[in-house]
Amino acid sequence: MTHKTVSVGGLSRVEGEGALTLRVRDGRLAGLELRIYEPPRFFEALLRGRAYTEPPDITARICGICPVAYQMSACQAIEAACGVEVTGPLRDLRLLLYYGEWIESHALHVYLLHAPDFLGYESGLALAADRRDLVERGLALKKAGNELVAAIGGRPIHPVNVRVGGFYRVPGRRELAPVAERLRRALDQALATVEWAASLDFPDVEHDYRFLALRHPGEYAILSGSVATGDGVGFPVWEWPEHVTEEQVPHSTALHARLDGVAGYLAGPLARYALNSAQLSPLAREAAAGAGLGPVCRNPFRSIVVRSVEIVHACAEALRIIDELTEPEAPAVPVEPRAATGHGASEAPRGTLYHRYRLGPDGLIAEADIVPPTAQNQARIEADLRAVVEPRLDLPGDELAALCERAIRNHDPCISCSAHFLDLHVDAR
Amino acid sequence: MGATGRDGVPRLAVWKFASCDGCQLTLLDCEDELLSVAARVEIAYFLEASSAAGPGPYDLSLVEGSISTPDDLERIRHVRRVSRRLVTIGACATAGGIQALRDFADVREFASVVYARPEYVATLDRSTPISAHVPVDFELRGCPIDRRQLLEVVAAFLAGRRPVVPPHSVCVECKARGNPCVMVAHGTPCLGPVTQAGCGALCPAFNRGCYGCFGPMESPNARALNRQLRELGMSTPELVRVYRTFNATDEPFLRAGDAAADEAAREAGDAP
Repeated sequence: MTHKTVSVGGLSRVEGEGALTLRVRDGRLAGLELRIYEPPRFFEALLRGRAYTEPPDITARICGICPVAYQMSACQAIEAACGVEVTGPLRDLRLLLYYGEWIESHALHVYLLHAPDFLGYESGLALAADRRDLVERGLALKKAGNELVAAIGGRPIHPVNVRVGGFYRVPGRRELAPVAERLRRALDQALATVEWAASLDFPDVEHDYRFLALRHPGEYAILSGSVATGDGVGFPVWEWPEHVTEEQVPHSTALHARLDGVAGYLAGPLARYALNSAQLSPLAREAAAGAGLGPVCRNPFRSIVVRSVEIVHACAEALRIIDELTEPEAPAVPVEPRAATGHGASEAPRGTLYHRYRLGPDGLIAEADIVPPTAQNQARIEADLRAVVEPRLDLPGDELAALCERAIRNHDPCISCSAHFLDLHVDAR
Repeated sequence: MGATGRDGVPRLAVWKFASCDGCQLTLLDCEDELLSVAARVEIAYFLEASSAAGPGPYDLSLVEGSISTPDDLERIRHVRRVSRRLVTIGACATAGGIQALRDFADVREFASVVYARPEYVATLDRSTPISAHVPVDFELRGCPIDRRQLLEVVAAFLAGRRPVVPPHSVCVECKARGNPCVMVAHGTPCLGPVTQAGCGALCPAFNRGCYGCFGPMESPNARALNRQLRELGMSTPELVRVYRTFNATDEPFLRAGDAAADEAAREAGDAP
């Protein structure tokens, strides 16, 4: 079969707009492009001339799914420029807020976006018609995450209480008590989620990933750390520009990242787990062992299990922090601007998120650079797709499209940070 | 209204243009109501949540995002044609969003800052609200929208009535919530007096001044507020920035931002 044209609408259950083009020549895959056509919004350009206090609010608007990640990377980059480090109970509160976003975002992906692939449904809502108990458990988990974010940040999407230096107001113990109560139930639901996710049927696929994630001496890195890779490269966040470069490809409004000149590394839950699993909370480690995960997971379809383990970790750690939380002296530490450049990175639910700001002496932003996880993962997602598609080029178009979508969804891409729409176009001559 | 879906169930569609996905996520964030809403409407097109993409027409379309590319100019007309009711959700769809800051700059220059090869990027000079292109039946404000207001809009549509979404300012919500006024009590600058309610006066509840993410209320008096904001220490460039953020091209905020920008230019000219 040398001629084949298949065009299928809908990379659904991801965030953003993208398309996939397969070029088939004489029965062989000649080219594959994941085309992201999310309208460009030019954040790095519009941040210039804004005050150093504004990036937490402005960059949150890059992504409604992971605004806290943007706020945390932004705050830390600016604080680094100004020579300030936020520590102690204020850092604990940031962690707590971030765990809330991990629980919310992971529960959304596991139950509403990813689970339907394994169980043969078009959506989480369709799944609910047959398995209401399952979807209700997912929604309860998601709600626990949202309530945690709202208790600290004011609302789940684009929280208002985050500022450079800390918070506007620190929530009292009384405000956190009902959240802790819900988190205790969420922890049980998260453990049940790992057990259920481990029982799904996974395609027998393994990729030779080059992993990248943050690593922190004291915790399973989420809020901060230095950059680590699976092959032993490590560098502090301020050396990011020397190691990670972005290049533009004609088919996409997302930039492709390269690590030390090589494209195709992977950030996200599989990377974090491979590099840092020894630092998971005891309950999460136990759940991972029970799910048969081993020290490294190279099957992207099983990322649903890793995300579930990370939900357990986030619930357990959030409960520990609430339990041990002491009142900070002030809701924020003072941060005075100065002419300097600062770098910040944190682990968004879908991978490492890097920000850099150069401030002028007036405290206005002279230059901004943001590298979101999906831009880093795009080349690797294309490689996953090639591996999945190549041996199966003679599948009917709709089956091939469904398989491609699954291969993409495995990485929970955020195409607003990037694909509401995968048009699979197979161009065969 | 006679519905077009199976068994007379109304068909809902959710569309995305230039945006962060946060407003449509708000629908999925209705954890307690989602399954009952899904039982009362057919969610016929909602790519963030479902692979099922049923063809139109749709009884209710929720539209997120602003129009900023040549393709989207065409797509919004299609969405209008296949929708009996069209409701915009959020600051991008209702007022152009944060990406409308390009309207005050040269978009080619913007593109050259982000992209090495800006010629690969198709974009318009301006980011415009949906109402600039097609008739809109209702506009729900907020960056992001409020979950309770979204449920009210869907419930009102199902009942065939206008949504009850108050046009008054955030100040009213502060009073209702018992928040002390942050301007009076702490001397914190606040856009609450000119900003439409809907968030529940969140920022003041966290000792922060409102930053206007719901956009201008009906007939705001920005001039009077600006005097107060200056007394509390806001500079002219700060006034420009606070109006030119998430609802920068919504008429009353546009005028307030432009007036402050003119003044900033004069101040800069007067400087030694």
